[in-house]
Amino acid sequence: MTRVTLRIQREPFDAAAEAAAVARGRTDVGAVVSFTGICRGDEAGEPIAALTLEYYPGMAETEIGRHIAEACERWPLIGVTVVHRHGRIMPGEDIVLVVTASSHRRAAFAGAEFLMDYLKTRAPFWKQVEKPGGNTWIAAKTIDDTAAERWRAVREDEAAE
Amino acid sequence: MKVTLRYFAWVRERVGKTDEVIEVPSSIATIGELMDWLAARGDEYAYAFENRKVIRAAIDHVHVRPETLIGTASEIAFFPPMTGG
Repeated sequence: MTRVTLRIQREPFDAAAEAAAVARGRTDVGAVVSFTGICRGDEAGEPIAALTLEYYPGMAETEIGRHIAEACERWPLIGVTVVHRHGRIMPGEDIVLVVTASSHRRAAFAGAEFLMDYLKTRAPFWKQVEKPGGNTWIAAKTIDDTAAERWRAVREDEAAE
Repeated sequence: MKVTLRYFAWVRERVGKTDEVIEVPSSIATIGELMDWLAARGDEYAYAFENRKVIRAAIDHVHVRPETLIGTASEIAFFPPMTGG
C-alpha cells in the first residue's frame, strides 16, 4: 500500500520531517528522494520582493492526486508526499515539496521528477512576482512543457515495447 | 442552462471578478464558442479573451480543449497557462 500525503497550504513546511515520515516504521524503503522548490530572490535578472501563488481549490487537489496515482502506476513507489504552498512567499522560503520512497533509487528519482514536471505545467497554480516596478504574472516556459511532454513520449515507448 | 464561471490569475484581473453564474445560450456547444460569446460581452471580457489561444479551460476540475463540448458542466474555469511548482 502506497503511503500518499497531499497538502495545499499557506503555512511553511518542514521538508526534512516530511521526508523522514515517508519511511518511518517500515523496512521495505530503500530509497527516498526529496525535492524542494525554493523562491529565488530574482526573476528574469531583476530582484523581486516576494512571490504570490494563486491556485484553484478543488481542482488543484484533484489534478495533483491524479498525477500521484499515475506515478504510482508507472513506478513501484511505497510513499509519495506532495506539499504545495499558496499565498505570499518571500525569497528564500520553500514553495513546493515532492518526496518519493521506493525499494530502489531509480523509481524514487523518476517518480519525483515526473511529479515535478507535471506540477509545473498541469497543476492549477499561478505565480505573480512583486517587483519594485509593479506586479507581474510569470509566463509559462516552453522548457517546462517540453519536460512534461517527454514523459508522454517515454510512456508511448514503454507501451510499444 | 446555468453554469458557474471561475477566472484565475490575469484572466480574473482582466474580467474584474473571481466568478459568476451565467445562463449559457443554447446555441453554444463548445468551450471555444463560449469564449467567443464571452469576449463579446464587454470591454473587460474582450481584453481577457483577446488571445484565446493561450487561455486554458477546465470543466468541473478537469482540463479541456476549446473543441470540448460543454455538455452538463456545472463549473467552467478559464485561466492562463499554469506556473506552479
